[in-house]
Parts: sequence; C-alpha cells; structure tokens
Amino acid sequence: MTINLAQAPSVGEPLINLSIFLLFVAITLVIVFRASRSSRTASDYYAAGRAFTGPQNGIAISGDYLSAASFLGIAGAIAISGYDGFLYSIGFLVAWLVALLLVAELLRNTGRFTMGDVLSFRMRQRPVRAAAATSTLAVSFFYLLAQMAGAGGLVALLLDVQSKTGQAGVIAGVGALMVLYVLVGGMRGTTWVQIIKAVLLITGAIVMTVWVAGKFSVNLSSLLGDAAADSGKGDAVLNPGLLYGKDTIGKIDFVSLSLALVLGTAGLPHILMRFYTVPSAKEARRSVVWAIGVIGLFYLLTLVLGYGAAALVGPKNIAAAPGGQNSAAPLLAFELGGELLLGFISAVAFATILAVVAGLVITASASFAHDVYANVIKEGQIAADAEVRVARITAVVIGALSIVGGIVANGQNIAFLVALAFAVAASANLPTILYSLFWRRFNTSGALWSIYGGLTTCVVLIVFSPAVSGKPSSMFKTLDFDLFPLANPGLVSIPVSFLLGYLGTVLSREPAAEAKYAEMEVRALTGAGSEKADAH
Amino acid sequence: MSTVEHPRAGGSPPSGADWEEVQRSAEFMELRRRLRSFVFPMTAAFLAWYLLYVLMATYARGFMGQKVFGNVNVGLIFGLLQFVSTFLITALYVRYANSRLDPLAEKLRAQIEDGDR
Repeated sequence: MTINLAQAPSVGEPLINLSIFLLFVAITLVIVFRASRSSRTASDYYAAGRAFTGPQNGIAISGDYLSAASFLGIAGAIAISGYDGFLYSIGFLVAWLVALLLVAELLRNTGRFTMGDVLSFRMRQRPVRAAAATSTLAVSFFYLLAQMAGAGGLVALLLDVQSKTGQAGVIAGVGALMVLYVLVGGMRGTTWVQIIKAVLLITGAIVMTVWVAGKFSVNLSSLLGDAAADSGKGDAVLNPGLLYGKDTIGKIDFVSLSLALVLGTAGLPHILMRFYTVPSAKEARRSVVWAIGVIGLFYLLTLVLGYGAAALVGPKNIAAAPGGQNSAAPLLAFELGGELLLGFISAVAFATILAVVAGLVITASASFAHDVYANVIKEGQIAADAEVRVARITAVVIGALSIVGGIVANGQNIAFLVALAFAVAASANLPTILYSLFWRRFNTSGALWSIYGGLTTCVVLIVFSPAVSGKPSSMFKTLDFDLFPLANPGLVSIPVSFLLGYLGTVLSREPAAEAKYAEMEVRALTGAGSEKADAH
Repeated sequence: MSTVEHPRAGGSPPSGADWEEVQRSAEFMELRRRLRSFVFPMTAAFLAWYLLYVLMATYARGFMGQKVFGNVNVGLIFGLLQFVSTFLITALYVRYANSRLDPLAEKLRAQIEDGDR
C-alpha cells in the first residue's frame, strides 16, 4: 500500500481534493459577503468594529498564525528528522508568553489600527509612522512571498498540477480569491475565514491523532518505537541533532533561530493588528489565552502526526513523494482515511494559505493607508472613508505583487524568508514596542534607530549569509558572497537593535515627551480613553 | 513638541484630565508596581527556561537522548515541560491580572473618565 503510494505521481483523487476545497471557498464567500453588509467605517474595515469576543479572536489568531509551514512543514520535519521538528514548534508556542505578558493588552489600550499608532504615540508622528510602516511592509512582504511560493508546491502535490504554467494559474487564482475576501469582507470577513480555517485544521488534526493513537493502543512509547524502527536512523529520530547544528556554526545558527522565533511573534504586525478587533484589553488577554491553548494543542497533535507518519508511511516514502517533506501529513491522511480524509486535509492546507495571506494583505494595506498615506502624506487631514478607499486599492496592489512574487519564486528555496520575517519582527519591531511601552526616556530618535537599525542589520546579514549564496542549498548556488556564517541573523541583530534604540535615545538632545508619556502609560495600564467597540 | 497630534480615541478621553497627575498618584504607582513586579520577573524566568532547553538540545544531546521509560527520553519530557510551563504561566497571569490588576485599573479608569463630566 505504502509502496504504491510512493510510486504514484500523486496521491488521492485531485477531483475530490478540489471539490472539498471549492466547498470551503463557497461557504467562506457567503460568510464574507454577509460580513460586508456591516463593513462601512474605518473601524469596520481595519478592526471589524472591535466586536469579536476574546475566544473568537483567539481562534482567529491561531488561524492567522498556523501557516502551511507550521501545519505541513512541522509534521513533515518530525516525520523525516524526528525530534528537531518538535524542537522548532516549541519556540513558536513559548513566544506567545511575550505577547501575553508584555504586549497585547497595553497595545490594545493605546492604539487604534496599526503598530504605528502605538510606536508614534509620544513621538514625532511622520518619521516614526514612516519607519513603522516600512518595517510592517517588509515583514509582511517576506512572509507573503514565502506563503505564495509554497502554494506552488502544494498545488503540485494536492491537485496534481505539474506544469509551471498550470501552477502559476492556480497561484493567481488563489491570490485573486484572497484579495476578494479582503476587499469585500475587510477585517470582519478575514477574521471569519481565519476562524473557519482554524476550526477545520484543529478538527482534522484531532481526527488523525485519535486515529493514530488507536493504531498504537494509545501508547506513546510504542509509537515512538515504531517510528524509530521505520526511520532507518534508529533512535536518532528521537534525539535532537538530525536537522539542526551538525557543526559549531550550525549550533550557533540554531540558537540564533530560536531567539528570533521566541521574540519575533509579538512583533509580527499581522498578529498585533488582531488585538484591535476586540472591545477591550481584557478581551485581548482572553484572545491570547485562547490562542495559546489552541496553538499549544495543535503542536502537541503535530508531534503525534509527525511520528505517526514516520511509523505508518515511512520517511523514505514521504521523501520520495511529490512535495517531499511537506507531503507527510497528506500521506498520513490517505493512509488512515483514504481519499476522503486526504481531500479534507488538502482543502485545509489550501484554506490555510488563503487565511494567512488574507491576514497579511489587510495588515500591509492598513499600514500603508493609515500610517503612510493618511498620517505621513496627508498629515492626518483626510476623511476616514477616503483612507479606507486607499487601503482597498493598496490591498489590490499588494495582492498583485504577491501573485507575481509567488509565481517568480515558485520552486525557489526561499524558506529563509520566514526566518527573515521573524528576525525582522524580533529586531526592528519588538525592541521599539517594549521601549515605547516601558521606558520613559525613549524618544523619536531612539525609535528610528531601533527600527531602521534592526531592519537594516537583518537584511544586510541575510544577503551576506549562506542562505543567499555560496552553498548548494543557497538561493544563488553559483555565486559566493557569504561573508556572514549564520543563516539566521537574530543572535546579532536583536541585541544590536536594543543597543541602537538605547544609544539613539541617550545621544540625541531631544527631550522625552513627559506629558505624552504620562498619557500613554496611564491609558495603557488603565484602559482610560481606549477605543470602544462599534455599536452595531 | 506640544503640537504633535496623536491618535485620538473614539471613546474620547477627558480633555481636561491631567495625565501626569494620575501618573504621580499613589494608586497608579501601585498599579504599575503590581504589573511590573509580575511580568518582568516572569518574562526573565520563561526566557531563561526556554534558552536552557534550546542550549541543552544543542549542546547536551547525550543527556537529552537518555531513555526515561520505554522509548520516551529526557528530551521529549523536557520539551513537553515547555508546554506545561507555558500553560501554567498563562493561568497564573490570568489569575493575577483578574485579582490584582483589573480591579485597580477599573477604579482608576472610572475616576479618569467620570471625573471630567
């Protein structure tokens, strides 16, 4: 059975996969159009009228956060490389404590729509908003490109579309659909897409986990034993070290990656923006609690699915299948429940890309329209509906760019873009957010130094890293300018950005805006004067 | 610098409220102390605990590979403990915020928002 699978060009019946996915699209479209009826004001478009409850928003956050990389990628990494795949998922979970303890509630109390609202609160508006928007757009674009490029491979795997032209067509279709969601439904529609996707994803993962557990009589040890026996690598799959850190540089590189993962999440603009969709800081707290529960549960399920795929499908069959490592979860679904379960899991994988990309597009468009257009170019002299019109146009432009980027990047090894997005979020955004919220003296010059300094350090280090050139696995294999040994810049760029934020502040003669800091701190901690939910 | 505009909230905070006066008040300073005395040490603790795990997985692989029972080894237990600690800290913070932060914050908020009307 498993041998036939590996030899077949594709698994399952593409028609079934496609029909289940189209059903998902049809249902979400109906919901998005219904959501659009009450989508008129800026607060509707950007923040869904701040009317979602904490649990709803927590599930939507999970839907936004659990990308195809964490669904297919981590299950596959565990199936092939064992323990190290699990190790990777832990950073993604622990990171939420930063958001819970330091960021979510204070941000909800002081901002309206974007990260720039908070960073510029007590600073000179134009330069700080421009910097916040630059970093938001950079992070969102790196993340978007990685998602869209992954879509091509997924299409090849699940719909059996092998030609590059065919894949380009599907990428364009997926991109256009996602822009439609954002245009029609705004944040409310996008949130519902994310909620539905998260529920489907968790349901699918639970069903498969229970199924696997049943096959091994709910005995983790025997599952691990079978996975180790079938791996061809023995107990090595149960120990750290198969994927990361084979030599000294590799070890430091992994520590660097871990640091960026744990500090990056609370600086991801599309995650931060979700905290504005609830009516109060208390609901923002409940959102994070729910997100931690759902995401933690999901990664625990992934552990069973990954080792289950290793034991039941076998790493050799997974590696040989189209899509390679990413095919572990779909192959396991086929092994367990045949074409129907595979179709369901495939549809969930597609829905995942749609939901994550829609979240990124609305964030990037909000940042451009609200921070750059309304506050930098128009200096705040603009009607709200004009601003929303600009946001919608921006969403179309960003959607088009990401379609083109996804088609060009299809098949390229650009996995480092996700690591880069986290590194920039951890280096440029998080230090600036923390200084803004907690450090009285912090000023405009400090904010600009930490944002631009963190962003520049990350991008420069990545360009001169082995991820881009000099290695067989690099983006440009034939060129060689990898002067910086680490593929993950976080270990250097995060301390550098904290240091720059400090130096920029103490070296400038600009006095701290004491009165504005008093207002910001009192509002952040008490919620006085914070944005209320819309009354409809 | 006083001309700087800032995001004006829809709920419109009291224009006459003296934020600096509130900031200097004993109650607000108590709220800030309670918040910071919980979140700062807790952040340091979970970051140290996570980094210990990452460093052990990177540099103490022999130890992490020791079997504890059946095929379950130290590394797997250590990893699962990261989940446990994350859930635990979340629960502790929610309890602390509900009992020690929210009542004081709500009281101050009511004073600020009503005091002006």
